[in-house]
This record gives sequence, structure tokens and C-alpha cells, in this order.
Amino acid sequence: MINFQYSRPGDIADAVRQIAADPRAKFIAGGTNILDLMKYDVERPAHLIDISRLPLTGVEETASGGMRIGALVPNSDLSYHPLIEARYPILASAIRAGASQQLRNMASTGGNLLQRTRCLYFYDVATPCNKRAPGSGCSAIDGINRQNAILGTSDACIATHPSDMCVALAVLEAKVHVAGPAGERVIAFEDFHRLPGKTPERDTNLAPNEIITAIELPARGFAKNYTYIKIRDRHSYAFALVSVAAALELEGKTIKEARLALGGVAHKPWRNKEVEATLNGQPATRESFRSAADALLRDAKGFGHNDFKVELARRAVVRALTQAAQGTPQSQSNKKIV
Amino acid sequence: MTFRNALTLNINGSEHEVFIEPHWTLLDVLRREIGLTGTKENCIEAECGVCTVLLDGKAVCSCILLAMQAAGRSITTIEGLGTPDALDPLQVAFLKHGAVQCGYCIPGMILTAKSFLAEHPGTPTRHEIREAISGTLCRCTGYQKIIDAIADAGAEGAQAAS
Amino acid sequence: MNAYIGTPTSRVDGREKVTGAAKYAADYNTERLVFGAVVTSTIARGRIKRIDTSLAKHVAGVLDVLTHENRPDMAAKDDAWKDDVAPEKGTPFRPLYDGRIRFNHQPIALVLAEEWETALFAATLVQLQYEKEKHATDLHAQRDKAFVVEKPEKPRGNAAKAYAASEVRHEAEYFIPTEHHNPMELFAATAIWDGGKLTVYDKTQGVQNVQGYLCSVFNKKADDIRVINPFMGGGFGAGLRPQYECVLAVLGALALQRSVRLVLTRAQMYALGHRPATIEHLTLGAKKDGTLNVVTHEAIAETSEFEDFSRNDTGWAGLLYKSANTKFEHKLARLDVSTPSDMRAPGAATGVYALESAMDELAVALKLDPVELRLKCYSDRDQNDDLPYTSKALRACYRQGAEAFGWSKRNPEPRSMRDGKEFVGWGMASGVWEALQMPAAARIVLTANGHAEVSCAASDIGTGTYTILAQVAADALGLPIENISVKLGDSTLPQTPVEGGSWMAASASHAVIAAAEEVRNELLASARAMNNSPLADAKPEDVVLAEGKIMRRHDQSRAVSITDVMRHSGADRIVKEKKNEFAEDLSHARNTHSAIFAEVKIDEELGIIRVTRVVSAVAAGRILNTKTAHSQIMGGIVWGIGMALHEETVFDHKFGRIMNANIAEYHVPVNADIHDINVIFVEEKDDKINPLGVKGVGEIGIVGVAAAIANAVFHATGVRVRDLPITLDKVLR
Repeated sequence: MINFQYSRPGDIADAVRQIAADPRAKFIAGGTNILDLMKYDVERPAHLIDISRLPLTGVEETASGGMRIGALVPNSDLSYHPLIEARYPILASAIRAGASQQLRNMASTGGNLLQRTRCLYFYDVATPCNKRAPGSGCSAIDGINRQNAILGTSDACIATHPSDMCVALAVLEAKVHVAGPAGERVIAFEDFHRLPGKTPERDTNLAPNEIITAIELPARGFAKNYTYIKIRDRHSYAFALVSVAAALELEGKTIKEARLALGGVAHKPWRNKEVEATLNGQPATRESFRSAADALLRDAKGFGHNDFKVELARRAVVRALTQAAQGTPQSQSNKKIV
Repeated sequence: MTFRNALTLNINGSEHEVFIEPHWTLLDVLRREIGLTGTKENCIEAECGVCTVLLDGKAVCSCILLAMQAAGRSITTIEGLGTPDALDPLQVAFLKHGAVQCGYCIPGMILTAKSFLAEHPGTPTRHEIREAISGTLCRCTGYQKIIDAIADAGAEGAQAAS
Repeated sequence: MNAYIGTPTSRVDGREKVTGAAKYAADYNTERLVFGAVVTSTIARGRIKRIDTSLAKHVAGVLDVLTHENRPDMAAKDDAWKDDVAPEKGTPFRPLYDGRIRFNHQPIALVLAEEWETALFAATLVQLQYEKEKHATDLHAQRDKAFVVEKPEKPRGNAAKAYAASEVRHEAEYFIPTEHHNPMELFAATAIWDGGKLTVYDKTQGVQNVQGYLCSVFNKKADDIRVINPFMGGGFGAGLRPQYECVLAVLGALALQRSVRLVLTRAQMYALGHRPATIEHLTLGAKKDGTLNVVTHEAIAETSEFEDFSRNDTGWAGLLYKSANTKFEHKLARLDVSTPSDMRAPGAATGVYALESAMDELAVALKLDPVELRLKCYSDRDQNDDLPYTSKALRACYRQGAEAFGWSKRNPEPRSMRDGKEFVGWGMASGVWEALQMPAAARIVLTANGHAEVSCAASDIGTGTYTILAQVAADALGLPIENISVKLGDSTLPQTPVEGGSWMAASASHAVIAAAEEVRNELLASARAMNNSPLADAKPEDVVLAEGKIMRRHDQSRAVSITDVMRHSGADRIVKEKKNEFAEDLSHARNTHSAIFAEVKIDEELGIIRVTRVVSAVAAGRILNTKTAHSQIMGGIVWGIGMALHEETVFDHKFGRIMNANIAEYHVPVNADIHDINVIFVEEKDDKINPLGVKGVGEIGIVGVAAAIANAVFHATGVRVRDLPITLDKVLR
């Protein structure tokens, strides 16, 4: 791992000032991804700005009935927070589906959003990768692509975003509060992560000199009818092949509102509001779910090893919507998918 | 070039003064500077849990934690859990149930379980225990005896608390 | 006098392991220790055109960078590089020897620095230019170039004719990908420099093998290098041969005349040995009643460009099943990879997976219960060599395993059993392994206070050697186990073979018994010389050691305490070292057996596979320690689950490079993948194999497990997957 200058800013303004002053600097909070990438020689920051002690660890209710989660709240604390468990159980569930106890204890809320892809070629500096070395080519398109994307891909990159938590945040339509040299701004969750396009090296729309300060959850938590299903190659401690966060508001057996996000299939948590809207007013039946799943995956395309994800994602969507409608969310410890 | 920083680490209840470079991980410092080799190194990329220590009572991977970040926080390693004459109930349970084979994952496994039981008092289900320690890999034991040991220690702890 | 043998004695080294006191190869600290880091190749085949280490050398704290251009001398002849268990044919790999690149991730430079992190960083700064050559890493693409090795068992009858004439036939090909051992401990060596002499703490399954190898590679005298490894964080075969970390640690120590530690990274361990990718081609022919007429088994496995590694994949049918006609063939295809190595039950884990999958398919074709088919074809003799077994309780394994599992409730129709949204599948398979035993020596030091130290060079790789030797010694010397201490893993201790092949339990325990007999004989000689000795006329075979005394076997009142004997003789200690050699017996086959029953539950739409139950009934002679042996079998079963569902070393053949060279993406089972495992030790008395009747249990646990699971997957879904691992996409339909 490269050696670096280490600093610990006193407050958020200081952190922003430090990162703006040094283009080769990066923030470190939980460190679970940046240090990993530094050990693989993928990241080589000359300066690490340790923000882990900034006062961004609050979990508070907002005036509008939602919640504001400090960017440095550890993932495990968030998933076991009584208000999160009660009002946003889909978020608690998605967090627990990810990584391991140790990593959830270390990883921060803000850092989770900034996780980089697990594409095998991104991690191996001996191979071409447009995300790691722009212009060098994508090795995954005709390479080992079991884990890669089937939606929103480009000729330059077929990487996926690895987070589970973010899939739930997409469904909850969280807002990302950031601070930069120009002050604070709020980014809607759907605008936070990017599709690869011609610039796969950019994962998000966060500017290099900005810091995430908080995640805001709107009031609606879909605590009654939700689920998070994660399908992977072993039953824990593995990244998703496909995951689905589903949230419903029902009136009797009719869907009043549906939200769906997929993980493991695209460069960002994948939502399609048009498809979701087609469920509104429909009966909460397998037929409705299947036609939504078909529509959601209509443009999906595999690259060989990951062809199976298209049908798997369809089926997972149906199952997730079924679980959500029945109010029988998936347990993250008992691995039987109900 | 970077300079060494003076750092005070609170390890197993004692303060240790070290001079380190910023990129040294807590794992390196524990093993090399302090000489606490009970914390094992393996993947050094947080893929296996073998290097697990407790940071303020919570299980973390020491291979991916900068030692600088542990300043002022309470660190517990396997050497601080029990002494050979007064083992922690988890250590006793691991011996009793034959949950130990090559032994390499065991310090991390026991500390992972310690953190989990502390945060989930009562009697967790086997499913919950399995999930909680799935981040700590073992290539020998067949896991079942590890679950038996943790369930046993958990039940004992719950009984003691009531 | 058996107080301990056969009991579930807790690990005598357990306390050290749960407290973190047990030291492994990278745990030995010393003053002025230098840290090494390895630079590895990024191409699979070619030559180093230019290697520039100047940037790396400029990093503060870097002491030197060794390459093939500036390294200290190493042996030039192949023979010097051949360790005790090297393949017979070929040229062993020599790290940093020349500029030739033979496989990806090959070590090509060693950075030596004052701090480990400095060495790791500087290693990223070494600049390389290669002359690339076309590489081959895909076994399927090279299968036509495979050549036959003279290994397999001889044929019987006329297989082709018998197959053509068979009423029911099955032919299929099965594939096992490259797998890696992935022990939790990284390969590491700490070479302690002591004025020209070296003590090397090395992760190895054979300290004497490494010691001999290092001496010959570096042209040192036997006294110059001592190798120590009291604890090993898992081996599974990866540490049978010396790996390059010990060579490079010594190379660094010689270059700097300082102590050096080298710890390989997880990724670098993927360039060590591995289970070879293997294609297995089976044909089975039977009469309608299930009588087997013919078995042919052809294996095509990979090996490296420079060594011929092959193991017996194909002969197992000859041990398990009666068949008048058989033909076995083993082929190797050369790839630009490191030489494969033994990995838990080498040959059997792969070959028996294919055989037992094929037998299941034959049972389906015959509409016969899979257990029935196996009983119908059951062989009481080793068909390959036409020999009886020293013991074979496989029939009882089938019966007891089936009963414990509830096999009789199985509906044979695929997709017929369900649990909610999951299909339930029940599958079974047989397992077989060799009961090997080797010459080994042990030393016993008995002190007048009734304590004994038992020692030999064997490694305890987690299997429980410390514990079983303590049990055997306690019984043989008639002392409480608390009075026994065991010393292992030091090349200066009495000679033993490398720890592998499940042979150490039998080999080392009989060495301890042999040494204990010597101790007994000396005690008897002294006891006979005592005034009014109750043993005055006793012969060695008349006496035993028990309860701290030497006593007549059939009249325990005629006894003298060991303390009294030693006080009388004036000896404060008795030191006896003895090598045990087993009598050669060419008239029997020696094998362990098992019957495995597995239950899988598979989501009907999503294909998610859970192995919810495994019952393994094992016949392995006398079990020295039911607790540690149980762990061995259970670990083997978990390995089998991994082999069936998870494990695969993934190559990108375009780069000739392993793309999942880490344990995040190379999946070994985690806790959440493992449910109920029931291990049954079937009574198997064996008075022919060796005096204790011991056979060893390290390998048998894994053999057949992958087949039982694959067969259960078929029963659950009706989908027959013949290429491992069985990932969910392969059963989706």
C-alpha cells in the first residue's frame, strides 16, 4: 500500500478546505473500501483525510416526519437503530444482507454510497479497465462477466454497483446532503449514482471536493409491505448476483403505489418509475408482478456468463413483490426465500 | 517522505506508545510493534475476518483499519479476552465443543462471536449465529461445532444475566 | 491398557489456540527483522526482457531488490530442487532463477525492506518489460494434446465389447475446475540469521522435507539449516512440497546476512499448487437387473509445462464395484500454469465425484434405488489387484447412513418432494480412500517424576496429531494424559514423513508405541534387577505399563511403580527413540470407505441451493479420537459442499490469468452455507492393517460428497449438472 500524508480535519469546513486544496487527496471514514483498493494498488492517494471523527453520527427525526442520518453512522448502528427498524425496515434489512458483521461495524453510511465496483478487472491492475484506467478498454465485456451488469451498460463499462444499502435507499427516495466549497446542496438519490456512458471512471455526481454529510429519509418508510431479497453465489458474505428491494402501499388487495429497485444488475441501483407506475391501481397478483418484471427487464442484455441474470431478475422481482404484498419480508439470517 | 507519528493505543486495558507511519494498519502495529501475534493476518483485505479485534467492544477487521484511526479507542485482542488460567466462557465453550482445529481463525472467530453476543444478549437462533459469524472464514472445522460453542456460551451468558 | 485411545479427548493444544498463544510461521519476531515482498508476473508465458528495480530501490527503507539478475547462488541441477514429494518427471520450479516466465503470478523479484508496508509498496514500483509468448491455460482447448501417463490400474476383460453388449448404458463427461486449498494462514517463512546458520519458521506440512530441500538448493550442510513449524494454519496438501516463500526468505537472509520474513499475499498463493482441472469421461454398462458389466474411466487433467503431476482419478471403480470388464486411462495436458499439487483426497475427490455421479445416472436408467445398485455391485475384493481388504465395512456404512438419513422415505421421482417453494432432493454416494502408513520415528523422554515428553518431526496441521500422540503415549506408558507433553514440527526431531494422505495418525502413533516398548523394556530390565522383584522372571511381553507402574499383564498385583524402578536404577530419565516400519503385506488391500447422504432444498423459481442435511457414515478402522476425527470428517464434508456448489478458480484465458485470486471472489463455504451434518463412525475392527487397527481420516470426509450433492440436485430438479460447481444458473429452467 502506498504511503500517504494523513490528516484529521477539525470540522466539516476544514475537511472541505483540505480536499479542495489537494487534488490527490481522498477522504477516509470506515476505510473498508479505500484501504482495500489501496492494497490492490487500484487507488493511490497521496493524502488521506480522516473524517471519521467529524460530528456526523446523529440519527434524528426531521420536521417533515422523516429522518436524517449522519454520514458517519456505522452501517450496523443504522440497521439496529430502533426508529430505522420500526419505520424503515427495508433499509435495516438491506444493510444486514451486505458484507459481514465486522465490515458493517466499520463502514459508514456515506462511504457505503461511494463503494466502488467489484468487477474482477477493476481490481486487477494487470488488466485493462476503463473505470480504473480510462481508455485502456473493458476486459469484462468479452471476459469473465458473471457479476456484471445487464442494464444501463455502455461499450466502455459493464460494471455494477455493489451496495445493498443503496438499493433500499433508492426505493425510499433518500436525499443525499453534501457540502463543498460552494456550500451545501442536496442530491436526489436517483441522481447520485451515474451510468457508465463514456466516463465510467466517474461513479457518482459528487464533486471531488465535496463531502457527504447526511442521508435524509422522507417520511414514507413502507414498513408494512416491503422486502429485500438478495441472491448470491453463497449464502452470506458475497456480493449480489441480483437483489431486489420492493415496497408497496396497498389498499385492500389493490396496489396504490409500488417501488422497485434492483441491485447487482447495473452501474447504479436500478429503478424504472414508468414500470412502477403501471402497477398502480393493479391487483396485487402474480400476473401484475410478472408483467411489471417483464417490462423492467425488457431492455436487459447479458454478456455471456451473466445472461442468466435477466430471467433470474424477473423471477426475483415477482418473488419480492409477492413477499411485499403478503407482508412477509425476507429474513436475512434464515436463508430460505419465503 | 512521511514522518512517523507518535500514537497512544489502548490495548487490552493498557496504554501503548508507538511511533508509526500513517499507512500502517492496526494489524501491523499489534503484531509487529506490540508483539501481540494472537491476532492473525490472512487476506489483509477484509475478506476473511481472521484479523478481527474489538474496537470499543465491536468486532472490526484490523487489517483494514489504520492504526491512526484507533487512537483513543479501546482495543481488545484475543490476548485480552481471557488468560490461560481464567478463560472467557467463549474460549471454554470452543474447547469443550471441539470447535478448534488448526486454530488460525479461532482468535478472530471468538472475538466475532464475543461482539455478536454482547450486542444480542439472550439466546440467538442458530440461523442468527451463522449469519453473524459468516464474515469469519474457517477452512477446517466444519462450522457446526463453532455454532454449538457460541450457542452454548450465549445461553450461559443469558442465564448468568437473568 | 486403553484409557485414552478411542475417547473424545479434547485437543491438548486447544488452550494455546483459543488464547492466541499458538505461534505460526509469521508470528516469530526477532531483532532487526527484514520484511520481504514479492513481485509477480502479469503474463502467463514468455521472458523478462528488462526488469528495472531502481524506483523501488529508491524508496526509503528498502534494503535491496533481488531478481534473477542479482540473486545469490542457488543450485543449478534439477535434482537439487526435487523435494521428497516432487513429481518423478519434470524440472521443479525455481523462483528468481532465470528470466523465463512459466505462469502468471510467477515470482520475479523480491523486495527487502525494514518495514513490511515499505516492501509491499516498493514492490509496486518494479518496472517490467516482457517478451510475450502465446500461452495456453484452458484445459478444454488443450485436451486433444493430452498424453497418457502410465499410472492407472490394469484393464480387465474387453471393455468396448462389453459396453456394446450391455442392456443399459450410461456415458457422460464430468468436469471439475481448478480449485485452490486456501488455508487460512498465508504461506510465510521467517528465516532467522545466526552467523551463517539459519532457523527457518516455515508454513509447511513437512519440516524435514523443507530442511533437506533448502540445504540442497543452497548447498548447505544439514546442521546449517533448521526448520520449525509447531503449528500450521491449515495445509490440505498445499504445504506438502516446499513453496517458494522458504526459498526467497533464505535467499534474502543470505543476501543481507540478516533475518528475513516473507509472507505471501493471498493472490500470490494462487500461483502455488492447486487441484488440477480435470475432465472425467465415464462409461458404465449393466444388465437390466443392475449387474455391472463394464466400467471405463478416462481422466484428462492439467499439469504444468515443466512437471508431470498426476494422481489416481480412475481406479476407484475397481475398488468399489464388481465388474468383469474395466478400462482406465489417465491423461495429462500441459498448460502454462504452476504445477498442480495434492489437495485433500487428490484423485479421489475428483474421480469418485465422477464415478458416483455416473452410478447415480445408471441407477436412474435402471430405475433402481441408488443404494440398491451399489449393494448389488458391492465388491468384497479389490478388483484391480484381486485382493481381499484388511477390513471393509462399507455395507454397514450404507445401512447405517441410510437409516440415520431416513432414506427409505425417498420418492425416487425427480421433482417429487417439496417443502413450500423449495424442491427437496435426496442424493447419495460412496466414498473411498487409501489407508496409507509410512515408516516414522518417535522419541520418548520419561522422567523419574512420571512425566514423559513425546516428540517427532511430524506437523500437526490442525488434524489433531498432538492430541492423538498424547493419547497413545499415555496409554502405552500407563500415565495420565496430563503427564504427557508432545513436541512436533522441528526438523531436528525424529524422522517422520510429510503430513498428508491421511497416513500420519497410523504412522506416528505406531512410532510412539514402538518407542514406548523400548522404554518399557528398559524399565523391565531395571525392575528385574531390584531385590525381591515381583517381575524378576518377567519377559517384555508379560508386562504392561499402567497406572504409573510396570506390572504383569495378567496379575496386576505384581507391579513396581515407575518412580521406584527409576530411583533404584539411579536414572533420572529414560530416553528412547525408535523407528517403526510396518510389515510389508502385499496380500491385502487397505482402504477407508464412506457412504454419504445429502439433502438439498432448491427454490423452484430462483434456483437457490441449500444443503440442509448431510449424513456421512465412515468406516476407517479404529478411531483414535472420536472428537478430532469427527472434526476431520465434518471439515471434509464442508469441503465437499464447497466443491459441489462454490469453488472454482476462474481463469480469463485471454490473459492466461486467474481473475478471482482472493477469498472474496473465490468462494469457500461460510457458516451460513452449512446446516446439519451428522457423522457416524461405523465399527470396523481391523487386526490386519496394523496393531492399533488405525486407518486415518483426513481425506475420506470429502470423497463422494460432491457427488451426493450433485445427485441430490438432480433428484430435486431433474437437472443433471455435470460441471462443477453447481451454481444456481445451472439449475434454472
